[in-house]
Amino acid sequence: MLEVRNLHATIAGKEILKGINLTVRDGEIHAIMGPNGSGKSTLSAVLTGNPLYEVTDGVVIFEGQDLLQMKPEDRARAGLFLSFQYPVEIPGVSMTNFMRAAINAKREYEGKEPLNAADFMKLMREKRKLVDLDSKLSRRSVNEGFSGGEKKRNEIFQMAMLEPKLSILDETDSGLDVDAMRVVADGVNKMHNDTTSAIVITHYERLLDMIKPNVVHVLYNGRIVKTAGPQLAREIEQRGYDWIKEAADAAFGE
Amino acid sequence: MSSEQQYIDLYTEAADLIKRHSAGVLNAVRDKAFADFKAQGFPSRKVERYKYTDMARLFAPDYGLNLNRLEIPVNPYQAFKCDVPNLSTSLYFIVNDSFYTKSLPQAYLPEGVIVDSLSHVAAEKPDFIEKYYAKIAQTGEDSITALNTMLAQDGLLVYVPRNVKIDRTVQVINILRSDVDLMVNRRVLIVLEEGAEAKFLFCDHASDDRRFLATQVIEAYVGNNAGLELNCLEETHYRNTRVSNVYIEQQSGSHVNHNVITLHNGVTRNRLDLVFRGEGAECQCNGCVIADKHQHVDNNTLIDHQVPHCTSNELYKYVLDDEAVGAFAGLVLVRKDAQKTASQETNQNLVVTRKARMYTQPMLEIYADDVKCAHGSTVGQLNDAAMFYMRQRGISEREAKLLLEFAFVNEVIDKMELEPLRDRLHYLVEKRFRGELNKCEGCKLCK
Amino acid sequence: MEEKNEKNAYVKQVAEQKYEFGFTTDVHTEIIEKGLNEDVVRLISQKKGEPGWMLDFRLQAFNHWKTLKQPSWGHVHLPEIDYQAISYYADPLAKKPVNKEIDPELEKTFDKLGIPLEERLALSGTAVDAIMDSVSVKTTFKEKLREKGVIFCSIGEAIKEQPDLVRQYLGSVVPYRDNFFAALNSAVFSDGSFVYIPKGVRCPMELSSYFRINARNTGQFERTLIIADDDAYVSYLEGCTAPMRDENQLHAAIVEIIVNDRAEVKYSTVQNWYPGDENGKGGVFNLVTKRGDLRGVGSKLSWTQVETGSAITWKYPSCILRGDNSVAEFYSVAVTNHYQEADTGTKMIHMGRNTKSTIISKGISAGHSQNSYRGLVRATANADNARNYSSCDSLLLSSECGAHTFPYMDIHNESAVIEHEATTSKISEDQLFYCNQRGIPTEQAVGLIVNGYAKEVLNKLPMEFAVEAQKLLNVSLEGTVG
Repeated sequence: MLEVRNLHATIAGKEILKGINLTVRDGEIHAIMGPNGSGKSTLSAVLTGNPLYEVTDGVVIFEGQDLLQMKPEDRARAGLFLSFQYPVEIPGVSMTNFMRAAINAKREYEGKEPLNAADFMKLMREKRKLVDLDSKLSRRSVNEGFSGGEKKRNEIFQMAMLEPKLSILDETDSGLDVDAMRVVADGVNKMHNDTTSAIVITHYERLLDMIKPNVVHVLYNGRIVKTAGPQLAREIEQRGYDWIKEAADAAFGE
Repeated sequence: MSSEQQYIDLYTEAADLIKRHSAGVLNAVRDKAFADFKAQGFPSRKVERYKYTDMARLFAPDYGLNLNRLEIPVNPYQAFKCDVPNLSTSLYFIVNDSFYTKSLPQAYLPEGVIVDSLSHVAAEKPDFIEKYYAKIAQTGEDSITALNTMLAQDGLLVYVPRNVKIDRTVQVINILRSDVDLMVNRRVLIVLEEGAEAKFLFCDHASDDRRFLATQVIEAYVGNNAGLELNCLEETHYRNTRVSNVYIEQQSGSHVNHNVITLHNGVTRNRLDLVFRGEGAECQCNGCVIADKHQHVDNNTLIDHQVPHCTSNELYKYVLDDEAVGAFAGLVLVRKDAQKTASQETNQNLVVTRKARMYTQPMLEIYADDVKCAHGSTVGQLNDAAMFYMRQRGISEREAKLLLEFAFVNEVIDKMELEPLRDRLHYLVEKRFRGELNKCEGCKLCK
Repeated sequence: MEEKNEKNAYVKQVAEQKYEFGFTTDVHTEIIEKGLNEDVVRLISQKKGEPGWMLDFRLQAFNHWKTLKQPSWGHVHLPEIDYQAISYYADPLAKKPVNKEIDPELEKTFDKLGIPLEERLALSGTAVDAIMDSVSVKTTFKEKLREKGVIFCSIGEAIKEQPDLVRQYLGSVVPYRDNFFAALNSAVFSDGSFVYIPKGVRCPMELSSYFRINARNTGQFERTLIIADDDAYVSYLEGCTAPMRDENQLHAAIVEIIVNDRAEVKYSTVQNWYPGDENGKGGVFNLVTKRGDLRGVGSKLSWTQVETGSAITWKYPSCILRGDNSVAEFYSVAVTNHYQEADTGTKMIHMGRNTKSTIISKGISAGHSQNSYRGLVRATANADNARNYSSCDSLLLSSECGAHTFPYMDIHNESAVIEHEATTSKISEDQLFYCNQRGIPTEQAVGLIVNGYAKEVLNKLPMEFAVEAQKLLNVSLEGTVG
């Protein structure tokens, strides 16, 4: 599914990712944890092609394609989805028009006919139920005036609509109460199968109780410094990051 | 020869001809207008309100005029089948600067309402016209108004009696139709008595590829508690120059919603002077400009708060592509006695290319102390974060840009009260941005 | 009703408050004959012992000035000034021998103004160039600055001692053709300050000049030239006062600032020329051209002004952002009371790439005054990524005054982001009531609120100046709410 090798990236000349290596196979869920400022969101931004970041070294292969050579929209159409940590408000653009443009762009990429209005509305209704999203929201502008929880559910709703192969959930749990987190996690779990994968970026172990990862990585100072099974999340919850940081600082001499 | 000289010569030679084909009450102010025009000449760019448009240059070419009032050889009711879905209007035509009087849809109008040729009513009811004509449109203050007043022979008159509401929108299509380069001088007079209500949609179109120069003066009197919605849509072509001066006077408790949309044009200059004469009145004045190639659009507004407790809102948005030039200058004047004035003026602009230029000048001039006034102006680009968000959902860069551009101008369109018109404009704007409306092919509202 | 009375009483009290600096100094002053012609220009140049090139500069400007008419634009009522009724040179030192000690009377004047002329008094560590009428009286700390290579002297001295620098830069930012008053100043300027900060030098102290008009029927035409070479830094302060006179006095200055690569200049002004009396009689016409040229890459210029004086102010400290990555700021508080008229603001001309400017303007109008912000932001075709943020607020303290905002934005580049916002309001009754409820009387509450309103700008002033400016605001305004 995804193969990241020695990925380096900078923003405004400052190096944030300092050689990331990561392999995600079909059907796997990977959790990426780490203290603030370690580069977690940068990783998701670089993988999805945010033009603010510059890749200075490394290779990323996604479904056999050279991901870093692709435009952001082509990465999305190829099946890469990012649930944003801070979904942007887009005043004046209705959710319906926005989603229709996205769905039909993907279908065109796959060589399919655009969805007709009736089928599209039906699909919207179906997927909305997955995340318990109000029908009124689809008439509003994208994310405008949505509460924090609604924004996150809206991200998962879009994920359900677009049926990506690999989803990156960038701190989708932040700012959510337990009930809202449950709705989000259920949505993700319902969509998960042997052919789809996910990268779950989070600070807390709580979400990982609901979305069970196969592997847990710790990202610190631009590098993955520890990789282990699901029990690592619990350990971090109890002991914090300091023990990992110390080991990493010693290893990389920083 | 200076630009104004040819108009001075024209009037000197043709004043009698003009007057012979025109009503006495319109002729009564002609010589004064001529004197005012002669005294002022065309405004240079040093005149503050004409800083951004060179009038002398626009009026320099030689255009023909239909001073003999020759009859129009077309029946616009056959040429234009205008039908915005779900918007039934009472449809009228002004071909060049003549009101088309045949087959008028009078049946839709309530008792007492007059929608007719200005020159016709001026001949029939001179006392009534005399009371309103060229009163708020002062010829001593604007030489284009002076020029129009000195040359105008016809146009539209609308009268709505006390407490009468016209439900059906009055749609007026201004058609420019000529085989030679033509100058037209239109005149519109709207009188809404106390409690009257009316909605207008003026659409400017050019059916020929000739060069047209149109001057237009609209005077609108809005009585106590009356309501006026005045929508002006311009959709002509690049060889068309339009100078429109709109004067609105509001009495107490009245409300006005005025929208100016420029979709296609050559050079457009819109002046709006709105004055509050009675307390508790409100206005919402909006403009939306989509310009590319060498289009030039200059909106110049003055909201004059003369009395307390009035509210004004202005929202103007421009999208400028290629080498288009946009200008917005809006002055909100709050006079000494106009306490408790609330005013908000906003001008937002998207400049898409390096060669496009935007001049913006939102101004406040305030002489009363108990007021809440604000203005804001921005020039910028589309939001990068929104662009990336859309692209991450698989939407192409071009499509994302278009969606954001519609959203940008739709904010203005959504302030219009007529829902069917809003829907139609959303559609037209989208087509405009997609480059599918390259030139006017008649009435785009209808196709 | 009682509250209303309280306010009115306070307004009366403030209205009757006298201009604090309205004394004249009794010194022997040499004033040349009134009137302006070529001979007068030659005489000024001769009295100052100037070289030929300087005389040529003046004559060129004078000849151009003769072709111009006094401008009438702006939201002020500037009367036709009789330029032949003014004396263009007044020298309070004329009777003194060269190499003089300062006239004790004059020194008293500066003491009254609180200017530390004597170095032993200069505890604040500010170097001062004091200009009375037209002539630079004394520059303090000169030697100490020399050690660092900083040149701080009167422009007259610089013309003689630093002719190469002066010839290179004088008129290079504000050419005499710029406007009517710039031409006039270029022809007849008598003195002013000159500052040169060499490469890499941070000027070790605040530089300051005080301007005072003293003699009757004289104009003051000072000229300031500041050059910050690469990586240099200087903070420069300017203060102005004038005696109370029935007739209007003319002040037409030019300030030119050159900022080279990575250099930074801060220019602060507290302008308190005599504003005229409560009936609008007398007062200074303050018609000033101030401009900085940010020539260098990464250069920075910051204008801060507190304008409380003058009958008429016509002043737009401007920045030409020519160097890539240059940064310009304009912070202004303009207070008008009685019949004062101020038309002030700035121009930000973005020419280099990645340039950034900020405009914060606070207008406060009281009495029958008129207070206008007028500003231009232009991004030229090559000014990629130009950024401007402007915020212009007006506060109205009486129903007889006016507050106006005239911003102009000319954008010729698609990557520019320009934002302007402005609000006009009076002090809110809610705020006043809130203060009253906490036991603060209305007049004090107004003072608090106005100072809070202006704080964003006052904070940009050097410490000593900020205190002075705050006092000035209180004197000019407290309790004028009516």
